Amino acid sequence: MKFLDALLGRSKPKQAKLDALFGVTGAAITLEASAGMKPTGKAAVCFKPASGQGFAAASEELQGLLELAVKEAGSTVSVTDDRYGYRWVVVTDPDMEDLVTSVHLVNSTLEQYGFGPQLLCSVFAFADAQGRRFHLVYLYKRGTFYPFAPLGGERRDNELELRVKATLGSDLPVEPELGRWFALWGLPLD
Amino acid sequence: MARTRFPADAGLTSRMLGTMFLLGLLYVVFVAVLIAILKSWLLIVLIAGGFLFFQYFFSDRLALSAMRGHEVSPEQAPELHQMVDRLCALADMPKPRVAVADSDLPNAFATGRNQQHAVVCVTTGIQRRLSPPELEAVLSHELSHVAHRDVAVMTIASFLGILAGLVVRSSIYAGAWGGGGWGRSNDRDNNAGAVILLVVLASAVVYALSFLLTRLLSRYRELSADRAGAILIGRPSLLASALVKITGDMGRIPTRDLRAAEPLNAFFFAPAAAPGFSFSTLFATHPPLERRLEQLEKLEAQLGRPA
Repeated sequence: MKFLDALLGRSKPKQAKLDALFGVTGAAITLEASAGMKPTGKAAVCFKPASGQGFAAASEELQGLLELAVKEAGSTVSVTDDRYGYRWVVVTDPDMEDLVTSVHLVNSTLEQYGFGPQLLCSVFAFADAQGRRFHLVYLYKRGTFYPFAPLGGERRDNELELRVKATLGSDLPVEPELGRWFALWGLPLD
Repeated sequence: MARTRFPADAGLTSRMLGTMFLLGLLYVVFVAVLIAILKSWLLIVLIAGGFLFFQYFFSDRLALSAMRGHEVSPEQAPELHQMVDRLCALADMPKPRVAVADSDLPNAFATGRNQQHAVVCVTTGIQRRLSPPELEAVLSHELSHVAHRDVAVMTIASFLGILAGLVVRSSIYAGAWGGGGWGRSNDRDNNAGAVILLVVLASAVVYALSFLLTRLLSRYRELSADRAGAILIGRPSLLASALVKITGDMGRIPTRDLRAAEPLNAFFFAPAAAPGFSFSTLFATHPPLERRLEQLEKLEAQLGRPA
């Protein structure tokens, strides 16, 4: 089918993989137990808002669902648009499972409205014992995670990233192609 | 099966299939004619194949050096890289190399034989004229060309054109040397002359036809890239406004620059058309602006539908 699609100049929008996301709760336990890296209680979902009434309806329902979930779990939610035209839903909650649930709420609502292809990534913030911060980024289209450790001045702490990768081992599907570990500068989590 | 808001465009697909069928048919007929009248056809195919091979494998370097584009690192162009990074993650494709060409011509192109060897290039002119979201729309159009493997498809499609052109030329040379070029004896000179004339005629006709058909195919693939690009960013109107801005600006650029860039039109986001020079839609590598805008409008309407 790939050959035929290339021949006909036809590409289908890639759908998001949502299931592997839940692996992050287990990975958080591993990271804390074997490397002293703890979640900071912040996570975010990033997607590209589409134009039109269809997306507006999805956003509206999402807003309502988030408010409900926030009331139940006692977490806080904020929405920001970054300068690249992507929207970030940032959730703060000390409990990792509540974080994942809120993130999944955003995913599933968007997918239900047919906007699954608009999902870019979700990000979970961590810090090690020395207070160095890094993020676990979930790539929706790949169904894989990668660590991203920003330093000041748009530089990355590659050593820390590779250490996280080694610590995770087989606990989490880590993105094998390093070229896809793209930098996310100006994360609303920092 | 997860849902998508955009139904497949059956019309576009079938028109493209039709064009490809005709191209293929033409090729078959042409080869049959050649085999029937020439004994040394193998040599010609080998030469044409060599050209094709070269063009296919060096398309990225050829186009880049022709446009004087140079690759930029993430440190040199952080915003451009970040845009491409994110679009590639959205579309689930490997990141192509990113290049910038120092030209005031507002344009962008993508080339490279496959996703692993692709280059996306934007000019400084387009960066200056478009807003970042519009530039992103243009990039997603170019990335769709990469995903659709348009360089490979168009190279193979123009194979026939190259082949026919070579045959025409070599036949003319052979004719000028007294028809001996084909290794026939002198007493069959008349016969050889007729054969060469036939070859020239057949090649010319085939070349003209294949030329028109590859142009037609190119226009369909532009529409496909428009469609896929607009769907990727989820905002078809952004691509439309970028198109309007660029084509509007095109008319105001000095003509000398445009002529220099015209042979590269097939790779461009919007063709460089000199003002006052009407080139028939039949020969255009890109569909007319109205046709492209119309398609984007339709996509925008599909997005507007409540679920």
